[in-house]
Amino acid sequence: MIAEIGLAALWLGAALAVLQLLGGFLGAREQGSELTPLVRPAAMLQALLCAVSFGALVYAFAVTDLSVELVATHSHSMKPLAFKLSGAWANHEGSMLLWITVMALAGGLIALIEHRLPSRMMMATLGAQAFVAVGFYLFILLSSNPFKRLSPVPADGNGLNPLLQDMGVSFHPPTLYIGYVGLSVAFSFAVGALLTRNVTPEFARVMRPWVLGSWIFLTIGIAAGSYWAYYELGWGGWWFWDPVENASLMPWLAATALLHSASVLAARDALRTWTIMLGVIAFSMSMLGTFLVRSGILTSVHAFAVDPERGSFILILLALYIGGALVLFALRASTIAEGERFALFSREGALVVNNVALSSILGIVLLGTLYPLLTEAFDVRVSVGPPYFNPVSAIFFLPMLAILAVGPLLRWRTDSFRRIRLPVIIIAVVTIAVLALVLALTEIGILPLLGLAMSVGIAIASFMPLRGRNILRTPLPIWGMCVAHFGVAVALFGVAADTAFQQERLVAASPGDVIEIGPWEARMTSVSPVAGPNWTAMQGDLLVSYEGGPVRDAHPQARSFWAPQGETSEVALLTRWNGQLYVALGNMADDGRWQLRLWWKPFVTYIWYGGLLIAFGGMLALLGRVIGDVRRRSAELREDRRRADEAELAAS
Amino acid sequence: MIRWLIPMLAALAFIQPVSAQDRMPPAPYAYTQLDDPALEEQARELMHTLRCLKCQSQSIADSDAPMAGDMRHQVRTRIAAGESPDQVREWLISRYGDYVSYEPQVSATTWPLFVLPIVLLVLAGTVLMRRIGRRKGDDAVDDAA
Repeated sequence: MIAEIGLAALWLGAALAVLQLLGGFLGAREQGSELTPLVRPAAMLQALLCAVSFGALVYAFAVTDLSVELVATHSHSMKPLAFKLSGAWANHEGSMLLWITVMALAGGLIALIEHRLPSRMMMATLGAQAFVAVGFYLFILLSSNPFKRLSPVPADGNGLNPLLQDMGVSFHPPTLYIGYVGLSVAFSFAVGALLTRNVTPEFARVMRPWVLGSWIFLTIGIAAGSYWAYYELGWGGWWFWDPVENASLMPWLAATALLHSASVLAARDALRTWTIMLGVIAFSMSMLGTFLVRSGILTSVHAFAVDPERGSFILILLALYIGGALVLFALRASTIAEGERFALFSREGALVVNNVALSSILGIVLLGTLYPLLTEAFDVRVSVGPPYFNPVSAIFFLPMLAILAVGPLLRWRTDSFRRIRLPVIIIAVVTIAVLALVLALTEIGILPLLGLAMSVGIAIASFMPLRGRNILRTPLPIWGMCVAHFGVAVALFGVAADTAFQQERLVAASPGDVIEIGPWEARMTSVSPVAGPNWTAMQGDLLVSYEGGPVRDAHPQARSFWAPQGETSEVALLTRWNGQLYVALGNMADDGRWQLRLWWKPFVTYIWYGGLLIAFGGMLALLGRVIGDVRRRSAELREDRRRADEAELAAS
Repeated sequence: MIRWLIPMLAALAFIQPVSAQDRMPPAPYAYTQLDDPALEEQARELMHTLRCLKCQSQSIADSDAPMAGDMRHQVRTRIAAGESPDQVREWLISRYGDYVSYEPQVSATTWPLFVLPIVLLVLAGTVLMRRIGRRKGDDAVDDAA
């Protein structure tokens, strides 16, 4: 019964989306439409219906209702409750329902609170939002119904892929999806602005919180995904340039560019067409990411061709939305007047460099991800991996980092080098000093070397914009920028330090053996079997100490799950301020010894601390913007009231 | 007769453990490092750029798959025997095709991968140069005004 309620709610939501689509686009015309008053309520009601539908699916998973096919194929009665719940979105159908639910909630929210924009533009925006939503409703209802019943009801479910039975991965997809879908709002605003010819600073100010919000979620999602891969896959890698990772990186790159160009548009009324273009690209990358992950095309182009229904459906949606938006852009771009001009040596100029570099990196990641799929379709298989992505993206990444250090010091419109000479010299001297020091003390590759030096330079540079400011009166968005840029430095430092200085030990050990790795000493005491709710494991017990310091326990496990069958490695991580010791237990060798894999990873945790700092900087900026908006709105209200009072006084 | 039989037998000897890999214990160097740290470093760097053919988007240095273990053994054995990483890569490519290497080589099928970054560089340069050009124009307008 609950499942049927969920399905009915979804159909009703789809019907309302059609209403919102018609009402929105008709209402965007000069003469308006009778449907206009219905558009906002339709968006809000959709949010409610989707929430009900998603709630119904989570409920079916919580009680393990095996008569629902999706539950039977992806869950198991013996699974811990947390993973039963997360199982609701750890599969194709559930994740698409999550997608449309987040989209409906976002649409409902703008319908509810956004009253700053001209009514026609708002209608066009909500119409565009519904246009995207209708496609995804149809996709779910026609080809991926999550509420399909199963008869006869099986005795128990198939369970969830053991790799996915993990708290990190439980929150990874929702976080990414909120980011992806938040960009749909930016896309809708961009389409609304194009349709009604309203590419104004006001539009950028309204769109910016949505871009910031999705960007924060994408940042957290990518950092969490990277940490999950790091500890769950058991080999110490944290970024593989895997297409699935790239699928989340590409929207992030576009959103980062959009964030910066929207700031220019909001503050200076420049970069109008470019901002609109990025709005279209950012959401296109979100949809492309969904397509790559959801269509099965990554497993193999041929696997996709064998069962193409879902993939083709998403591909058509992709072509329709991206193609449609680009056509609209091509038709209308020429009508957007050029914005304010500026000199290259100015804040805007630096942000243009940032945008050009980010877009180039996006282009490279896009090509490197899609090219192997393209050649595979012609039966030529090539692999594009770290040896390609690292150096090629560095060509654009390193200059961008240099600009990141200097750009925030510049003034809007035009500036002179003399004014910022002192801070630039300080940054340059520190960077070169670190470079020389590292070069003298160690022998490391060129990219980690530059990374280490620049991370220190950027760390100092990131707080320079606070120079000469009253710390307490500095606006929150400025703090947000400083913290986020500092986060870039921290993450870069972690990446460079781990790449340059990590140490690896692979050994076959028996109880009693002592293994030395870097500053650590590990003694294996025993290996014993342990059992969990739906797995059994061999657990290694090790006593480890750092430079002869206090002894700590490490318990890496090799787990075997039985429903479904699968093996995972639960690594032991010993975290210090200056890095992590990573211990993984492998199989038993034929001589009775155990395979142990140990890595000493100096400062590796800084990668994720940096990611969190970047997200935290975004939150500060978002908070600052929202507080500013609320203040402005209440000030306007007060002003209106005062005027009304005066008018009343004058009348009496 | 004997001349071509020997390489065929050698090839069979290599194929056999691959097909029976799931039942065989892992090869000695699959989970053990080379004693010489410099050689091991060479092998490690190389293994990170070779694709595990049985996995989805993982290098052989990041995988528990038996085939990845066999390939690690091959790489370490050959590096220890004095081959350079490039020679080992060549050998693996001749055996498994370009697909095994994450480092694309410039060829008739891969040239767009190398042309695009150059195009992007030129494009980025043009955009920035145009900005500079425009700035000079602006200054002239300012002066005139």
